[in-house]
Amino acid sequence: MGDMLDLTAVQAHEAMAAGELSAVEYSEAWAEAAAGDELNAYLWRDGDSDSGAIAVERPSIAPVAVKDIFCTEGVPTTAGSRILEGYRPPYTSTAVRRLIEAGAPILGKTNMDEFAMGSSNENSAYGPVLNPWDRGRVPGGSSGGSAAVVAGGLAPWAIGTDTGGSIRQPAALCGIVGLKPTYGAISRYGMIAFASSLDQCGPLTRDVSDAALMLAILQGADPCDSTSVGLPEAPRLPDRENLEGLSFAVPTDLTSHVFDSGVRAKFDATLELIESLGGTVGEVGLPHAEHGISAYYVIAPAEASSNLARYDGVRYGMRAEASGDLIEMYEATRAQGFGAEVKRRIMLGTYALSSGYYEAYYGQAQKVRTKIAADFAAAFADFDFVVTPTSPSVAFGLGEKTDDPLAMYLNDFFTVPMSLAGIPAISIPAGLAEPGSGGPQLPVGFQIAAPAFGEQKLLDAAYALEQAIGFDARPPRSGAPYVPIGGKKRTGSGGGEGG
Amino acid sequence: MAELEAVIGLEIHVQLATKTKMFCGCSLSFGDEPNVHTCPVCLAHPGVLPVTNEQAILYALKIAAALECEVAPRSIFHRKNYFYPDSPKAYQISQYDIPIAGPGRLGGVRIHRAHLEEDAAKMIHVGDSGRIHGSGASLVDFNRGGTPLVEIVTEPDLRSAAEAAVWARLLRETVRQLDVSDVNMEEGSLRVDANVSVRPAGSEELGTKTELKNMNSFRFLERGIEAELARQRELIEAGGTVVQETLHFSPEDGSLHPLRSKEEAHDYRYFPEPDLVPIAPTEEMIREARDSLPELPAARAARYEGEMGLAGDVAALLAADPETAGYFEQVAEAAAGVEPRVVANWVTGELAAALRQGVREADARDSKVDPDALAALIGMVQEKKISHGSGKAVLVTLVTEGGDPAEIVEREGLAQISDSGELEAIVAAAVDANPEAAEQIRSGNQKAIGAIVGAVMKETKGRADGGEVNRLIKKQLGL
Repeated sequence: MGDMLDLTAVQAHEAMAAGELSAVEYSEAWAEAAAGDELNAYLWRDGDSDSGAIAVERPSIAPVAVKDIFCTEGVPTTAGSRILEGYRPPYTSTAVRRLIEAGAPILGKTNMDEFAMGSSNENSAYGPVLNPWDRGRVPGGSSGGSAAVVAGGLAPWAIGTDTGGSIRQPAALCGIVGLKPTYGAISRYGMIAFASSLDQCGPLTRDVSDAALMLAILQGADPCDSTSVGLPEAPRLPDRENLEGLSFAVPTDLTSHVFDSGVRAKFDATLELIESLGGTVGEVGLPHAEHGISAYYVIAPAEASSNLARYDGVRYGMRAEASGDLIEMYEATRAQGFGAEVKRRIMLGTYALSSGYYEAYYGQAQKVRTKIAADFAAAFADFDFVVTPTSPSVAFGLGEKTDDPLAMYLNDFFTVPMSLAGIPAISIPAGLAEPGSGGPQLPVGFQIAAPAFGEQKLLDAAYALEQAIGFDARPPRSGAPYVPIGGKKRTGSGGGEGG
Repeated sequence: MAELEAVIGLEIHVQLATKTKMFCGCSLSFGDEPNVHTCPVCLAHPGVLPVTNEQAILYALKIAAALECEVAPRSIFHRKNYFYPDSPKAYQISQYDIPIAGPGRLGGVRIHRAHLEEDAAKMIHVGDSGRIHGSGASLVDFNRGGTPLVEIVTEPDLRSAAEAAVWARLLRETVRQLDVSDVNMEEGSLRVDANVSVRPAGSEELGTKTELKNMNSFRFLERGIEAELARQRELIEAGGTVVQETLHFSPEDGSLHPLRSKEEAHDYRYFPEPDLVPIAPTEEMIREARDSLPELPAARAARYEGEMGLAGDVAALLAADPETAGYFEQVAEAAAGVEPRVVANWVTGELAAALRQGVREADARDSKVDPDALAALIGMVQEKKISHGSGKAVLVTLVTEGGDPAEIVEREGLAQISDSGELEAIVAAAVDANPEAAEQIRSGNQKAIGAIVGAVMKETKGRADGGEVNRLIKKQLGL
C-alpha cells in the first residue's frame, strides 16, 4: 500500500488505465492517509459527513484535496471563515465539477487563510496548518492546507487558488509544485471570491507532470464565468529534456532586493543549471514590478471589500444574536464572523474606493498594474521566461510574522507582479536550504513566469528543469504528534495514524 | 422678484420583458408566490458570478435606437455598493461612467443617457409606517431581484408638470411599441422619478433640485411635480433655500416626505465590475435594432404635421398609439379629396364625442365605424350633401349600429334641403315669428341672428346648410 501512495497522480492514472491498479483501492488508501492528518490541513474529509452530490461512483483518476474556497454542493464550505460556519452550498463550483466529471473523487476540503487572505495559513478561523517539514513552521498561504496535504502525504494532489501568490508561495514553502495559470484559463464559478480580477484556480502537485494533467482537467471556458476563456490548446504532459533555444530573464529590479542567503544560493544554482541544460540566462528590467505589492494591497482589498459585503447573516452562514435593528445584526455578525486580517483588508479596500480617494488609490493602483503588465510584455519580447525565487525566505516560524502585517505582505513580493499581469507562473522545488535563523534545511521554490496562455511552453521548460534538479526529498509522513496552536478545529482530526 | 421658472428632468426605469433575469437564468415574473424565481446567483451565494443577458442588451439597443441615442462601442458595468436587504450582494451591478447609450432625443426633450442595470428585490415592510423605519418586520421577495432594467435619464428640458406628464406618456408609448417592456406604472415595470428645481425665468443656472420618487401613475407624476414646484416657489419667495434631498410621494394624500434610509447621501464606492466583460455591440446588432423599429409616435406626429398639415397637438394625439394612428390613416386615405386636417378633426373631435355619447368604450379602434364609412360621411358633409349637424347625428348611429352612412341619411331623411325656394319660405316664416331678434339684427346686433338660425334648423331638423340659412336671413331682412 505504501508503494501505491508513492505513485504520482500521472503514474497512478496510467496504472489504472492499464488495469494494474484498482482505482477504488487506491482511493481508499488515500482516504485512510487523509484520515491521519496531524497537520490540521483538512477541514472536511469524505466520510466526515455525507458527500452527496460530489461523490464519484467510479473513480478513474487520483482523488483530489480541494481548498475550502470551492463550493461543493451539500458539503461544508467555509473559506476558512467563522462567518461561513455551517454553510453547505446549494451548488458545486465548475472546477470541482470538472474534477468529478473526470472521475476524480474529492478526498477532502483543505484549511486555508480566511477568504484566502494570508501568506502563512495563520489567518484560518479553524487554526493554522502545520508545515510537514517542520511543524513549528507555517506551510505558507493562503492555500496552505492544499500544499501541506500534498507535501505531507495526505493527498496525491490538490487544487488551490492564487490571488497574489497563494498557490506558488505555499508550494515553495512545502517543497511541491504550484501553478497559477493565466487569468481566465480556469473558471472561477463557485470559487469564493477574494479579489475577482486576480483570483485564479490552479494545481498543487508533487511534480510538473501532475500539474499538467490537473490543468488539462480544470481548464476551459465556462458559460457561468464571462471572464473565462480556457487555453488555446488542451495541455499535454510535458516531455522536454533540455532547455536549448530558451531564454530566461532575471528581473534585477526584483531580485536585487535582499532575501535569505540560502534562497539566493539555490536561485543562483538553478540559473546555472538552466545554462547547463542549454538555456540562456539574461537580465531584464521590470521597473514597475517592485511597486506590485503596493498596487496589489490596494486593488485586492478594494475588490474584497465589495465581494465580502454579502456576508451579512441574512441568507446563510453565521448570524450573530443582536437585540437591535437590522444594521446592528449586520454589524454584530460581521464583527464576530470575520477575523482581524479580513477586517483590516475590508477597511483598507473601503477606504481606497471612497469618494475623494478613489483616484489617488484605486485609480493609481490600476495604472501601476497596467505598467507592470507592460513591463512583462516588454520582457517577453526578448525572453521566453522571467524567473525569480518564489518566496524571499523558506518557511518561517508559526507566530513569527503575525504581529507585522507588512512583513507578512512582503512574502508575496515575487509572486504578486505576475498576478497583476494576469500571466501564468509556476513554482518548482529548487532544493533545500537552511533558514536564515539556522536550523534544519527547508524547501526553496523557483518561480518561472511565461506570457499569457503560454502554459504548455511553461510546463515543458519547468519539466526539463525539474528533471535536472532531481528534487526527491520528502518530509516524514508521520512525526511529532499534532499539537493545536490557537484557533479551533472544526472537524475532528484522526491523529496519530498517519502512515 | 422675477417669476420662478420650473426646470424638470426625468429618470425613468424600464423593466425589460426578457425571459430571464439580467445576470442569471431565473425567469421573470409578476405576481407569483414570493421567492420562487431564485438561484444561487440572484441570492448572492458565495462564489457565484453574473453573466450578462444578451436579450437585455438587444432590448437596450432598441430603446437606444428609438431615443436616437449614440451607442457606446464598449460600455462597462460598475458595482454600486450599499448595504440593504433588497440587494443580496450588497452591491447593484449598474452602468456608471460609460453607459450603453449616450445623448439622444425624444419629442423635443434631450436624452442624457440610457444604461443597463439590475433591479433590486422587493421589500414589504410590516407595520403602520410602510417603510423600514418603524416597521415591525421587513419581508424580502427576491423574485424581482435581478430583473433587467434600462434607466433613461433626460436633460432638464421640461418646463411644467403637465409637460412632464405628456412627455412621460410619449416615452411610455414609444417604449411600449418596441415590445421590450410591459411599461405598466402600477405594476412597476415603468417607474418615473422627477428631478425638480426652479430658477428665475431667463436664468441659465440650475437651481438646487430635489428628486421625487414613487409616483406610480402619470396623474401622480403631474401632481407630485406640481406640489413640489409650489413648495419650492413658496420657500424661495419667503427667502428660504431649497435643500437637495429625495422626496417620497404618498399617493394617499399627494404629500411629499423626505426619504431616509439607503437614499441618504451615500458613498456608493463605484468601481468597475471585475466579474463582467465589456458590452461591445457589433455594427450589425446596432443596425438590426434600428431596422426593427416600427414608426414611433414622435416620428409619426412629425410626419402628420409636416406632410399632412395637422396642428401639433392633434398630430400628437393621433400619433400616440399605432391603432388610432392606423385608423386615422385609413380614413384619410379613403376620404380622397378631403384635407387630412379635416379628417383629423373628425377623428379627434366628432368621432371621439360620438363614441363618448354612443358606446362604453371611448376608443376609435373599438367602434363599429368602418374607416370607409367615416370617410364617406365626411365627404357628404364636405360636399354639403348633408349639414354638419346631420353628419354628427349619422355618426352616433354609425357608432352604435354601424352601417352605410348614405343609407342612414336616406332612411332618416337627413339630406340637405337643396331647394332654395323651400328654404326661403321657412326662413321667411322664422323671421316673422321672431320680430324682436329681427329688429336687433337690423340695428346691428349680429349675434341675434342665432335665434332665427336656430328656429330654421329646428324646422328643417338640421337639414339646412348653416351658411345658406345665414345668407337668406340677411336677404330677408334687406341687409
